[in-house]
Amino acid sequence: MIKFLLGRLMQGILVLFTLYTITFFLAKAMPGEPFTSEKNVSAETKANIRKLYGLDRPLWEQYYVYPKNIITEGSLGISTSKGRPVKDIIAQSFPNSLILGLCALGFAVGIGIPIGVLSAVRKNSWVDWSCMGIAMIGICVPSFTIGPLLQIYLAAHLPGLKVAGWGSPQDVILPAFTLGLVSAAYLARLTRGGILEVLSQDFVRTAQAKGLSPSKVIIKHSLRGGLIPAVAYLGPAFAALISGSFIVETIFQVPGMGQHFVNAATTRDEFLLLGISLFFGFLIVVMNLIADLLTGFLDPRVRIADNPE
Amino acid sequence: MKVPFLAEVVLLLTCASLMNSCSERTAVEQATEEGILIIGNTSEPKGLDPHIVSGVLESNVIRALFEGLVEGHPSKDGVALPGVAEKWYPVDEKRPDEWVFELRKDAQWSDGAPLTADDFLFSFRRLLTPELASDYSFMLYYVRDAEPYHKSQRSYLLSRKDANFTTEWWASLKEIDFGPNEEAPEDSFNFKGLDFLTAKELEAIQGNPNLFTWPKGVSAQIRTRLLKKNLAFAKSGKDLWDLIDFGATAPDPHTLKIKLNSPLPFLPEITKHYTWYPVPRHAVLKHGKIGDRFTAWTKPENLVCNGAFFLKSWRFNDHIEVARNPRYWDEENVGLNGIRYLPISNLYTEARMYYDGQMHVTYSLAPELIEHSRQNYSADLRNELYLGTYFIRTNVTHEPFTDSRVRLAFSLSLDQESLIQNVLKGGQKPAGGLVPPFGDYPAAKQVRFDPKLARELLAEAGFPNGEGLPDIEFLTTDKETSKAVAEALQSMWKEHLGATIKIKQLEWTSYITSMFDKDYDLAAGGWIGDYLDPLTFLDMWMKGTGNNRTGWHSEEFERLLAQAAETGKPQDRYDILSQAESLFLKERPILPVYWYTRNYLLRPEVKGWHPLVLDNHPYKFIRLESSPTMKKEG
Repeated sequence: MIKFLLGRLMQGILVLFTLYTITFFLAKAMPGEPFTSEKNVSAETKANIRKLYGLDRPLWEQYYVYPKNIITEGSLGISTSKGRPVKDIIAQSFPNSLILGLCALGFAVGIGIPIGVLSAVRKNSWVDWSCMGIAMIGICVPSFTIGPLLQIYLAAHLPGLKVAGWGSPQDVILPAFTLGLVSAAYLARLTRGGILEVLSQDFVRTAQAKGLSPSKVIIKHSLRGGLIPAVAYLGPAFAALISGSFIVETIFQVPGMGQHFVNAATTRDEFLLLGISLFFGFLIVVMNLIADLLTGFLDPRVRIADNPE
Repeated sequence: MKVPFLAEVVLLLTCASLMNSCSERTAVEQATEEGILIIGNTSEPKGLDPHIVSGVLESNVIRALFEGLVEGHPSKDGVALPGVAEKWYPVDEKRPDEWVFELRKDAQWSDGAPLTADDFLFSFRRLLTPELASDYSFMLYYVRDAEPYHKSQRSYLLSRKDANFTTEWWASLKEIDFGPNEEAPEDSFNFKGLDFLTAKELEAIQGNPNLFTWPKGVSAQIRTRLLKKNLAFAKSGKDLWDLIDFGATAPDPHTLKIKLNSPLPFLPEITKHYTWYPVPRHAVLKHGKIGDRFTAWTKPENLVCNGAFFLKSWRFNDHIEVARNPRYWDEENVGLNGIRYLPISNLYTEARMYYDGQMHVTYSLAPELIEHSRQNYSADLRNELYLGTYFIRTNVTHEPFTDSRVRLAFSLSLDQESLIQNVLKGGQKPAGGLVPPFGDYPAAKQVRFDPKLARELLAEAGFPNGEGLPDIEFLTTDKETSKAVAEALQSMWKEHLGATIKIKQLEWTSYITSMFDKDYDLAAGGWIGDYLDPLTFLDMWMKGTGNNRTGWHSEEFERLLAQAAETGKPQDRYDILSQAESLFLKERPILPVYWYTRNYLLRPEVKGWHPLVLDNHPYKFIRLESSPTMKKEG
């Protein structure tokens, strides 16, 4: 187990370093610089600003200073477009994205998995078809369509629901629904597939032959194995949900992290871009690790494969 | 089992919150009662330090927190009301190049510290401090010696006290890289510029003259002299501030005297810009040095200000709220208890929030929503002229725009009315010239739609019916509206000139970069005035000015601007500037298309909010009247 964790840790560091290298050079390759502006900025002023951000130093030095500062000072640099430390920006926006992501995930799991189970149990019935039809729509319709529709037809008419904003607890409902819809739909399809596969196996047939009630067969014997594909999907999906979504955040005016990904790129804010990419990479690495551990817990076969002794 | 339980929780939470809030009023109703104005402000401010930010949305918050020497009038453009200064006047009416501002004796900061002329002197110096790297420092360049200090023109400041110094002699040395030369190889001393080299680097050049490339005509004697002076100063450890004769002085704590480079009858207008606002010396220095950019003085718990409001709370990307400042000198006449700014970048979300009763004023209104708003919120819809011009830059160094006849032809073939009616739909005004109409300045009427003349001019230039024209690209941004405008212009040029134009859309920074590099033929552009004077539109077309980017310049044009700068009488000055504009339009390096308007939504209960061409509404005059019925959109 320790060997497995250590191996994954090294892999994670390698992934993050590669991510850093690619992002760094891509950011440098973009035309323009962070201080490109419509206003008349003199060469003297530009030189002053470059010096302030350390952009006047040779490229290799900049490449090496950034990770060095992360390790020695815990600093992710200062955002050139927001004028504040990248660490602060993440610290202020990530909690909002986390709350929204958790609610979206709760919604996705709470709706997606039961629907998937229901579909699997009532395979090829109208229940199955309508559930899967709705799931397909959930996957296909983009959030920039669902979001405004919810605002116009739901929030504008229901007292208590605001069109957009982030102040009271109910403000999370619409963005969480919009954000979680796609995941719910995927989960439903994955769960259905997983359960169907388990249901066709010998041990389930044995359980049924023993005369166990159908609900017991599903809950006790099939669910654990049937959820494996859904759990594998949940790891990265969770990381994506909690790191924010540009579209959902701008539509519903959520002060989350997703908008910074896009804005950092368009404003050539390389420190924000690097910091936030690394943070996202870190989340993905951790979530994948947790998903792997969970899969091992759910599926004895994986455990055996990892521990041959 | 865990899973359905979660679903239940979500459902219960939804129902509970819905039922709970059925009786709630809208955010606007509640805010109106509390005297708080809710404003859309597009995006999160980069900061609230008046010396560091440079955007409109930042200035919207800063104008509530700080007050300059004079205050804007709530309904009249170009009128100054007392701010920190009670009285102001030029020393010589005929030649207003020296001004006196008498500050009110009861002026104080929000922490109770007195506000004196010294705070202004500190603020001016801070804005000009090179290490602060403010990109709006040039707003102070009118003040004597502000520019050489900000640009660290060390050699100039060291040489000008010499007995044999003459302006002509200095001008003959202009080829030397005193300042940064961005074309020189990086890491070279020329890239940095002579004035920016450290003592060690200067010594290195003394040892090895090849380290710095001098232009041919500069004698060895001058080189040695410049190096020696620079080195002696660099070694002395002194600040350039000691070398200048700065124009702003404080004869006593309540008097500020400002000596300018040339007469400026509209100086009070310029001081309305937030770069001229005072910052609290005691608070700034408590959290860092004068040139430190990222200090904690603008954090809500530390920010000390002098405006009608103080900073109450700032939730990143959620809202900024300011509240009435009890120490403001005119506190009893402030109509609002507070202002809440919402950083809503999505125009459609902003409009939906407005319709939903969540805000009093929107920042803007998407063109597609103007008609809807006109039908459903006709009393709220505002359409006001704004001090800005949309134009198309031509690259006069690229064929065929080297020929002014071609430029004129391209301009005359633009059906401005049709573009406004069919594409923009925001009530914009066809531009008759470069400077939008305001005050007493005579607006130009030279730009018009005349396809017949356009064809004649193009034929005269050697391209009858557009035949023989090279490939022409029209550069614009990646926004949807930019595309729609570009396509409309493209079809006009095709229809009226027979010219085939390709559209090239680039994302914002790449677009700006392309323009700076003059890598374009035609490029969409625009300009919004910083202050209420034609100069804010005209001086950018001088040679070598960063915003020119067309490659065009004219000695006659610059002579007229210089003549205007020496003219103290406002009307005479306007006449000269008008001549300069006329000359510019005759040459037409840019093709003016329309004058901007601002479309936005404003609730009827907001009083004291009048149309202003700079759109800087002084908040202290705004009031809220409760209106009992506010419905949700049905």
